[in-house]
Amino acid sequence: MATKVVERKPLSIWERSYLPQIVGGLKITFKNMFKPTVTLEYPEERPEIPPGYRGVPTLVRDPNGREKCVSCQLCEFVCPPKAIRITPGEIPEESESRHVEKGPQEFEINMLRCIYCGLCQEVCPEEAIWLQDIYSFTGYSREEMVNDKQKLYELGGTLPDPYYKWDRKKQAELEGNPHH
Amino acid sequence: MSDQPDNLITINLNGKDVQVEPGLNIIEAASRFGIEVPHYCYHPHLSVPGNCRMCLVEMGMPGKDRATGEPMLNDDGSPKIMWVPKPVIACATKIAPGMHVSTESDVVQKCREGVMEFLLVNHPLDCPICDQAGECRLQEFATDYGRGHSRFVERKNVKPKRTRIGPRVMLDDERCILCSRCIRFCNEFIGKPILGFTERGSYSTLTTFPGKELDDNYSLNTVDICPVGALTSTDFRFKMRVWFLKETDSIDTESSVGCNTIVGSREGKIHRITPRRNDEVNDTWMPDSGRMLYKQVEADDRLTAYSIAGKPCSGEEAVKAAAELLLQGQGKVAVVGSGRLSVEEQFLLRKISEVLQSAPTYAVARYGEADGKLISADRNPNVRGALLTGMIGNLPEEQLEDLRKKLESGEVTHLLAVGEDLAEAGIPAELLKQAQVVYIGTRHCDTCQHSKIELPLLTVFEKSGTFVNQQFRLQKFNQAVPGPAGTLFGLSTFTKLYAALTGESPYAPSPAAIWTHMAEEIAEFSGLRYQDIPKTGKVLDGSRFDKLPFREGASLHFTPAAETANA
Repeated sequence: MATKVVERKPLSIWERSYLPQIVGGLKITFKNMFKPTVTLEYPEERPEIPPGYRGVPTLVRDPNGREKCVSCQLCEFVCPPKAIRITPGEIPEESESRHVEKGPQEFEINMLRCIYCGLCQEVCPEEAIWLQDIYSFTGYSREEMVNDKQKLYELGGTLPDPYYKWDRKKQAELEGNPHH
Repeated sequence: MSDQPDNLITINLNGKDVQVEPGLNIIEAASRFGIEVPHYCYHPHLSVPGNCRMCLVEMGMPGKDRATGEPMLNDDGSPKIMWVPKPVIACATKIAPGMHVSTESDVVQKCREGVMEFLLVNHPLDCPICDQAGECRLQEFATDYGRGHSRFVERKNVKPKRTRIGPRVMLDDERCILCSRCIRFCNEFIGKPILGFTERGSYSTLTTFPGKELDDNYSLNTVDICPVGALTSTDFRFKMRVWFLKETDSIDTESSVGCNTIVGSREGKIHRITPRRNDEVNDTWMPDSGRMLYKQVEADDRLTAYSIAGKPCSGEEAVKAAAELLLQGQGKVAVVGSGRLSVEEQFLLRKISEVLQSAPTYAVARYGEADGKLISADRNPNVRGALLTGMIGNLPEEQLEDLRKKLESGEVTHLLAVGEDLAEAGIPAELLKQAQVVYIGTRHCDTCQHSKIELPLLTVFEKSGTFVNQQFRLQKFNQAVPGPAGTLFGLSTFTKLYAALTGESPYAPSPAAIWTHMAEEIAEFSGLRYQDIPKTGKVLDGSRFDKLPFREGASLHFTPAAETANA
């Protein structure tokens, strides 16, 4: 193989003093000292989460406190990593939301499996499951990483409801659409 | 196609000439060629009311000159088709030679869209909580012909919801599309008017007649035929969405009718049993009692573990110990089989009893009242299988008197009871206590308490095999769910027991392998392979048993060959 000899020019005195490099470096340092900071002092400081962010999936209630999920199990069906597990059940006779008939007895989301894809939120016909702003979810055991129904409602809280579909339905049931 | 009947007629279906057997309506004729004509009220086994108007199609006949009777021709010489000016309903229109049918024209499409819009006007948005979702005809055709949005601005009708109309059926009137299938089913199959419509127009409401309840043993068929979620099963209500269910073909074991069924299971748990269409056996129906049989899989008294003298052990150990115990009593062993075992198990049991030189093998008969439809007097699903395989030579008795006498006299000291509770069959406890009993069964019972060795038996849902029903029809059933953890798979209990008794193992524990042996040894099975048994079953020659006094009376698709014993 042919070799090519690269000619090395000797450094000038000015260069050998290192001063231009030091000055150049300090210039950058001082420039950044007076620029506004872009980093956060996590975890004391938390970032602002933009709307539409796909965080930990949660279950929500409507403003009247009714649990919105009716356990149709579409999210369980659509979930690509099979992280969701629902045990459907009938809403008892004496409950205030008896007219909804069906609700989850148990609702589990395994956060070790969840890939935060948001398909569950997209598929939900009742807008009951939302990927909200929780971005950091950790635990010390596998069991801890499985969110049960109670935990999911704690995380989810209440979201505004533009439709009140079931309330309107109950109203229709009470008032009826009389024809006599 | 040499096996086709020669009376076929030619019709023109969507511009293509096809040949069909005469006498069909357009829906059935089109379905033979993979063309679906959407419909709600039409059901192949019920009368045709023609009230849903969903199956509208265009129909025409080749024209004939009224004066001369000559066929009318187009300019190019082809026959001129006189299309009926308005669409006709495909369910009530029988095909005729030369008929032209169009199921895909613009007019037909418009008709379907129009009918769908009217049906959806008052239909509630219950899909997320409706058990029918996923197998709902309204949902399916709404996807095909629905508008996607509603033009209806008035208030939807309010009708009764969550009405209990029978012990097993719930009614939601808002979802009802007034197809009247359930009404016709009650009138025509159950034979009692139970359901009917009250009110008029869009206020029409399905309800039971005053003071009546839908409590017939066939009531859940109304749930199956309901094209929407108006009628739902109380047992299956809110249990599982249907799209999760794995469907396995099975057989109803409650009587010798052998209704074809579909077992719906998810992750090893059975959620429901529905009928499977077989026009030679059960049409599309089955009794309610047969739908509850899946509960035996997780019953409290289910036997799930092997034990020797009360101590738990592995399956292999139990089989070995059973073989040793039975060999000790060789010549003094009695084998009690069951009409509930599959044909393969009965064949293996016969082989085992031959090794043990125990003749004859007993079985326990179960008789109940026949309903003349789909429950026969013989409540064992497979007595004819036991006869064909030679497990038993004669019809079984309800009480094992003969065996009791032999136990009393000491002629029999060892017992192998398979799938039967001997205490129930008339063997007193003290005799069982004296005898050395090996019990293979699905549930804990009195025989268990006195048995030395217990082996769990798989239920019909946990194994594959065949039954022979009252028509001598050989029918296959498939494994829907795995057996209890730790139990031997499939026929292994029997093949391993045979191997332990003889030291040879000629039988592989799969139905297909057993069938190669059975086809050689049993005349009625010769030339048959397990994989060749069709889904609808295969009728065997039962003439060998013509003289036996079978108890079954006439029922749907069955007339007894000989006089019934009771008659």
